[in-house]
Amino acid sequence: MSLDIEQVQRIARLARIEISPAEAATARDQLNGIFGLIETMQAVDTAGIAPMSHAVDMVQRLRPDAVTEADQRTAFQAIAPETDAGLYLVPKVIE
Amino acid sequence: MSDLINASLRELSAALEAKQVSSVELSTMFLDRIEKLNPEINAFVTLDRAKTLAQAAEMDARRAAGDTSPLLGIPLGHKDIFCTEGWLTTCGSKMLHNFVSPYDATVVTKLKQAGLVTLGKLNMDEFAMGSSNETSYFGPVKNPWDTKRVPGGSSGGSAAAIAARLAPVVTGTDTGGSIRQPASLCGLTGLKPTYGVVSRYGMIAFASSLDQAGPMAKSAEDCALLLNGMVGFDERDSTSLQRETEDYTRDLNKPLSGLRIGLPKEFFGEGMADDVRATVEAALEQYRQLGATTVDITLPNSGLSVPAYYVIAPAEASSNLSRFDGVRYGYRAPEFTNLDDMYSKSRAQGFGSEVKRRILIGTYVLSHGYYDAYYLQAQKIRRLIAADFVEAFKACDVIMGPASPDTAFAFGEKSGDPVKMYLSDIYTISTNLAGLPGMSIPAGFGANKLPVGLQIIGNYFDEAKMFNVAHQYQQVTSWHREMPAGI
Repeated sequence: MSLDIEQVQRIARLARIEISPAEAATARDQLNGIFGLIETMQAVDTAGIAPMSHAVDMVQRLRPDAVTEADQRTAFQAIAPETDAGLYLVPKVIE
Repeated sequence: MSDLINASLRELSAALEAKQVSSVELSTMFLDRIEKLNPEINAFVTLDRAKTLAQAAEMDARRAAGDTSPLLGIPLGHKDIFCTEGWLTTCGSKMLHNFVSPYDATVVTKLKQAGLVTLGKLNMDEFAMGSSNETSYFGPVKNPWDTKRVPGGSSGGSAAAIAARLAPVVTGTDTGGSIRQPASLCGLTGLKPTYGVVSRYGMIAFASSLDQAGPMAKSAEDCALLLNGMVGFDERDSTSLQRETEDYTRDLNKPLSGLRIGLPKEFFGEGMADDVRATVEAALEQYRQLGATTVDITLPNSGLSVPAYYVIAPAEASSNLSRFDGVRYGYRAPEFTNLDDMYSKSRAQGFGSEVKRRILIGTYVLSHGYYDAYYLQAQKIRRLIAADFVEAFKACDVIMGPASPDTAFAFGEKSGDPVKMYLSDIYTISTNLAGLPGMSIPAGFGANKLPVGLQIIGNYFDEAKMFNVAHQYQQVTSWHREMPAGI
């Protein structure tokens, strides 16, 4: 497997990271080196092996459906790039 | 007072209790050392003398009021991945260069309650992605043993702070070796506990199924004492385990006769530097003299741990780091044309190249058409790797080997080649995948008087035994008390 520039640009777009053509070329070479390492996995027969998604076997705890957190809107919005009247401001999305 | 810079936590605690020194005096002593040495070492990225001393005064008041908590008044440094109310928490990134958390991580809260005093926040690889501390937005940390060399990573600031005696004890985190590899390269003791033992709440997430916080200090006993203060069930972390409280110092003084040490042949093959091999072999001989026996074991799939890790960790990271979008906190690009452009430019400008690289890997392996071939395959291999350990622990009590294939390397030596850098963690990653506890202890010096670490891997929840195994070695060796020249 080998990634080309267009694939790298597509991945970057999915990840919402702006990437210049020069950066895409460097990223392609480095990613192909890393995938060279990763590809060694493909030779392993894993038929019948259950995927291990977590470090320990555990089930999600349930808790009562009750409010446990106090309102901290002011504290949280104090560190936001831009807010107004208790709302986070972003560029207009709907005309 | 200068003899206190190399003192153990028990010695510091005794001095505080006997009123030979106050927490304010002790904290001042370390702050003065930091002021003098940190401009060169770059271990701390945030300091606030007034806050530290106010906290120390509070601990002195607690003592005067009759509080006898064992770690009361002892100063520590926190890796800058832990959220600390009122202090910057940058995670080594431009993305969070201005981030002041509105709350404390559970680890921070617990250690405050235990009476520890925060000296400052410690430098690290950006978002804990790195093995040399060269990816930090705030510049690399220098290894106190040789300032032309890296301290390891990602907990490089934590390791360098202990090595330079800028703090008696620090916190670190380990996703693929980020406590053990820098502990090895800087000549200190560090432990990554069993997954789920320490709360991850308020610890900025890298790869959530692997991340685990742990103590770093000079000795195993110091680490055990700090771990006592760090652990515990936390309802705010959905992966926190509900377990009985245990005292990690309880087995320190047990003799090692009869201990079976497993030596995986995969950890002693090619790729390990000669000086590391000789030092590890000498440490094993010391263990035999302490009454342990060594048995040959095999971890047949351990060679797949690096490839599997570099699918699983970036996949989880690409998801975790999607929260950094310039909307609610952190960096926002100054100019953009629309919402999408704001996300893309903020992330492009706010993240460094290694972080972006891992987000791209993760995005790709999770994308349509590639999920089964990469992510699912890696998860299956993860199970094989974990099963190898279950099998191996039938024949031994602990596993030993090198923590890192080489001693501290020079700046720039591996940073241009990601694959070369990733292989720095070849001996540590498998324990994260399995969720097992692992530690590194100072085992001597290789070429150029650079520290070599011995890795000890335990079975699930065997931290007390690992501290025992490390402590007994530290009773008959003095590597953990050695300090770099000029410190």
